Amino acid sequence: MDLLYDTLFNGLAIGSVLVLAALGLAVVFGLMGVINMAHGELMMLGAYTTFVVQNLFKNGPLETLFPVYILVAIPAAFVVSGLAGLLLEKTVIRRLYGRPLETLLATWGVSLILQQFVRSVSSAFAIGLVLAVVLGVLFPRLSPASLWRQRWTPLVGVGSWIVSGLIGIAVASLLGGVRVLDQPWFSARNIDVTAPIWLRGSLDLGALNMPTARLFIIALTAASLAAVMWFLQKSVWGIRIRAVTQNRSMSDCLGIPTETVDALTFLVGSGLAGVAGVAVTLLGSVGPNLGGNYIVDCFMVVVLGGVGKLLGTVVAALGIGVLSYVIGSGSLLLVWPAMPAGLNELVTFFATTSMAKVLVFALIVVFLQFRPAGLFPPKGRLVEA
Amino acid sequence: MKSSSQRPSPLGAFSARKTTLRLVGGATALATSMTLVACGGGQEAGGQFDGEVKVGILHSRSGTMAISENTVAEAELMAIDEINKAGGVKVGGKKLKIVPIEEDGASDWPTFAEKSKKLIDQDQVAVVFGGWTSASRKAMLPVFEAKDHFLFYPIQYEGQECSKNIFYSGAAPNQQAEPAVDWLLKNKGKDFFLVGSDYVYPRTANTIMKEQLKASGGKVVGEDYLPLGNTEVAPIIAKIKQALPKGGVIVNTLNGDSNVAFFKQMKAAGITPANGYSIMSFSIAEEEIAAIGPEYLEGTYAAWNFFQSLDTPASKEFTKNFKAKYGENRVTNDPAEAAYMMIYLWAAAAEKAGTVDDNKVREALIGVSFDAPEGKVTVMPNHHVEKRVLIGEVQKDGMFKILQDKGFVKPVAWNQFVPETKGYTCDWTQKRPDAGKFKM
Amino acid sequence: MPVLRGWKRWLPWLVVVALALILPAVLPPFRLNLLGRFLSLGIVALGIDLIWGFTGLLSLGQGIFFALGGYGLGMYLQLRSLAPGELPEFFGLYGVKTLPAFWQPFNSPLFTMLAIWVIPALVAGVLGYLVFRNRIKGVYFSILTQAALLVFFNFFNGQQKLINGTNGLKTDTARIFGDLVGSAAMQRNLFWLTVVLVIACWLLCRWLTRGRFGDALIAIRDDEPRLRFTGYNPTAYKTIVFALAGAMAGVSGALYTVQSGIVSPQFMAVPFSIEMVIWVAVGGRGTLIGAVLGAVLINYAKSLVSEALPETWLFIQGGLFLLVVTALPDGLVGWWTAGGPQQILALMGSTPVAPTYPQLDLDPGVLAEKEQLRSVGSQPGGAE
Repeated sequence: MDLLYDTLFNGLAIGSVLVLAALGLAVVFGLMGVINMAHGELMMLGAYTTFVVQNLFKNGPLETLFPVYILVAIPAAFVVSGLAGLLLEKTVIRRLYGRPLETLLATWGVSLILQQFVRSVSSAFAIGLVLAVVLGVLFPRLSPASLWRQRWTPLVGVGSWIVSGLIGIAVASLLGGVRVLDQPWFSARNIDVTAPIWLRGSLDLGALNMPTARLFIIALTAASLAAVMWFLQKSVWGIRIRAVTQNRSMSDCLGIPTETVDALTFLVGSGLAGVAGVAVTLLGSVGPNLGGNYIVDCFMVVVLGGVGKLLGTVVAALGIGVLSYVIGSGSLLLVWPAMPAGLNELVTFFATTSMAKVLVFALIVVFLQFRPAGLFPPKGRLVEA
Repeated sequence: MKSSSQRPSPLGAFSARKTTLRLVGGATALATSMTLVACGGGQEAGGQFDGEVKVGILHSRSGTMAISENTVAEAELMAIDEINKAGGVKVGGKKLKIVPIEEDGASDWPTFAEKSKKLIDQDQVAVVFGGWTSASRKAMLPVFEAKDHFLFYPIQYEGQECSKNIFYSGAAPNQQAEPAVDWLLKNKGKDFFLVGSDYVYPRTANTIMKEQLKASGGKVVGEDYLPLGNTEVAPIIAKIKQALPKGGVIVNTLNGDSNVAFFKQMKAAGITPANGYSIMSFSIAEEEIAAIGPEYLEGTYAAWNFFQSLDTPASKEFTKNFKAKYGENRVTNDPAEAAYMMIYLWAAAAEKAGTVDDNKVREALIGVSFDAPEGKVTVMPNHHVEKRVLIGEVQKDGMFKILQDKGFVKPVAWNQFVPETKGYTCDWTQKRPDAGKFKM
Repeated sequence: MPVLRGWKRWLPWLVVVALALILPAVLPPFRLNLLGRFLSLGIVALGIDLIWGFTGLLSLGQGIFFALGGYGLGMYLQLRSLAPGELPEFFGLYGVKTLPAFWQPFNSPLFTMLAIWVIPALVAGVLGYLVFRNRIKGVYFSILTQAALLVFFNFFNGQQKLINGTNGLKTDTARIFGDLVGSAAMQRNLFWLTVVLVIACWLLCRWLTRGRFGDALIAIRDDEPRLRFTGYNPTAYKTIVFALAGAMAGVSGALYTVQSGIVSPQFMAVPFSIEMVIWVAVGGRGTLIGAVLGAVLINYAKSLVSEALPETWLFIQGGLFLLVVTALPDGLVGWWTAGGPQQILALMGSTPVAPTYPQLDLDPGVLAEKEQLRSVGSQPGGAE
């Protein structure tokens, strides 16, 4: 019986991280059909935001509030990742609606840039970047209007961006000579996010030992889920989002601002990634590669759950969580010690974390053979399901 | 190419400036980089030097391993800078300036092989210093053997290798893992749980430890491996709890990111030194402690050949210089020390040989000594280095308290606990075809 | 494209042959070796072009087949470098006493030659059939291939006792025909072999895409249901073409392996397989030559940039992804054949060159209509 509780709790713990990480992805993919490969990097931004917030609370006047910094980090991470996502939507994804494969590649490019960005960013770098963007944006406003009505106008547009980029780089290199400005903010190293003391211990319930960090994540997941559900079902904008999901052109005709709806959906999805980023700082390392560790798992959750159904996402994530735990810890052997030798060997073969992953993924692929549209397929009579 | 800047400028500012320099290139991408490549190398030789000698520095400057390898590369550049300041390598009456050619292994083993080919064929370096993971070394090894060139490798590793073309300045298992297991058996308990990353070093080290435990009365109650970079450690923790419900010894050979997850979640699950668990890590040094957070590691153990807290003048000097160059908040550690030492060992051998020709230097290296931060180290005929064996405990401030100093131990390449290699040895001073592995 | 007659038709071939003969003499061995490796990557890119550019299936798992080909040859060369009865060295480290059964056939060169492309093709065929049978497509297909890639990666990475795990297998120290694989002479021969195979694969793809088969592939890409309703069986076509791409990836992986000196699970890393797609995208999908060009150009650029400025490579690569996807959907070759350079010249004020009927071709109305047609055409049916 202890074993059962233990399995359930650990499966829930692993699964809830997956739910939280995949929730934003499910919202964006389910509602907009957009594959966001940079989702993991948006999580990473959330984790780095946690780091910054933590440092604000570590010293100085806020020190007494350190134990609750994580409660500040959650909304902060939501905002930072959400804004980054919004920017991504406005600049890149907007141009690619209806072309999911291209979106996939473009967002992968964004993820590479974000990874290197947190490695390289320093004050000099940031100043140069901001300068380049400001120059590029302002140039059309400041230059004579006649420049923009010529046959070669496209060249001016491209050229002005190239020039402002070069100016930015030049300024960054110049400032880079000053040591204070050249210190990377985060560097390629992993950064140390320290959980408050109350999230480092564990609660004992009978034989069951529950780390508080895990409990916190489970609670955070439940809260995020409830918030998303409420938002989509009850709020005005949530209803608009669902309307656009069901029939974009009809919604457009009825006066729903579809562009704003798209942007909002993406902002919410990205913000949720940021929240997930806060959660994973409690469990593992925080570094530029953080996103890559979660992204494929998240996609599997979404695909397995079925698109457009949050319930599917939850069930899929918890299922994957329990399954990885059961296989990875080899607890089948404990339940059934007298299993035949061949089976025993097989179970032991897969009873490591890495082989468990192999088996779980293989099982998912097999499962999709029988339910190609996932656990909770969307209903419809279209040929193109 | 940047290395050819003549002023012995503070390397710290210089390497930090690289980021922005690199950005400049980013914009003008290819064209720039090609010209840079073309006009790299020997611009300004003159000065007080009579010539230059090119050496390769091949570490991961990007990707997962960059976290660890950056420090090692920095220590190597520091040693080169120091030697150059002191007048370079003096061979045959000439003073040669060491010019490092840096390449990025990108945490990708085939890239390590590719870049070592490039350093040897294209840049014609005298020697290559590089690598961190055993997988990267194993990828480079055939290149160096096929081209009969030579490589210095600065990291403690699993042994079971003795190449004519590689010098190992890190610890062999009998200079780190074996004494640590002995110490644990004597002081901490007999029940061992082995946790490692899923690649060659942890697998082989654990094979060795299992044999050693079998021979010395210990018991392995479980072992598990995590893919590199994986952070979901809940199943492992469950297994540890099943196997060691009342405390015991955990030997941790995890590498990289997984350590953070491992220690954070171990602490949360109550597997801590306070609850009777002795945790010994082989890949956690001062640098990693800073990244994980000392509060998670306090009271755990590590075995190394050098600790920043080692109280000798040479050690203090090394740490002082390193901090002066790269920043007060930086720490030194064993891999950095081994990397630093190998540059000096190579330079000393070149001076002894009177040439930088790789074959001659390779022969001259055996028997060369250097007053390293850990003490006086000597290169042995099996291309490993005699090193000081230390066992330490992590303190609140992220430094180690040295619990045991076994003094200097001679390296053993072919492990004497593992049946397949028992009785074999390696001696490159012997003129026999199987000098790399023969029966004693 | 105008039909070229006489010597003009043979000119590109002459150039290729001349280059293949001259380059080994001119380039230093290291650069030649790089070129050979990047050319061999062109073969996997050709396969991706076949399934993505022509059939509309974006596979993010080509690394599986690439690595399988590499492992096949790697295992053969491992065994080849041993004395009879000896085991590859790494087995000793893990206490393996007998050669695992699946290694046995790789003692035979003939089997290996077949295995390099047949095994990847079979794996691709089975995987493809299972997926296509269920009409899984679009992004679902992409994600599933990526998941399959991860399964294979974890398996190869974790199985030290079977195939040496993370370390992979080395090939440089084996001998073929008495020469070390890593030696300069052998590498030069391998370069020529690569050139020949790239050309052969290109011809094969061209032949396939020009005929009815190719038409069917394009029909699948643009409107699969319609093809199905006309009585074709898209599943069969897709499975065959996916298996073919798998076979090409296998050949490519084997060539790449002998020229790199190592095959490791890193070949199945997720980013590498995505990079392969980008080569095709940059070169120009749907243009076969673009796939090869893209593979060679990007890899050369990567190699040069990472020698000089390692930290900027990710910025450049990421920027390239964005640029190609948003601004150059048909890649460099597509841009070139669509008259991109002329458009730029026109912007700068030079008189546009009209190919046939100047008055018709340069008529603003006609141009506007062309533009409209193109923008519709660049979004294939919106069916994806």
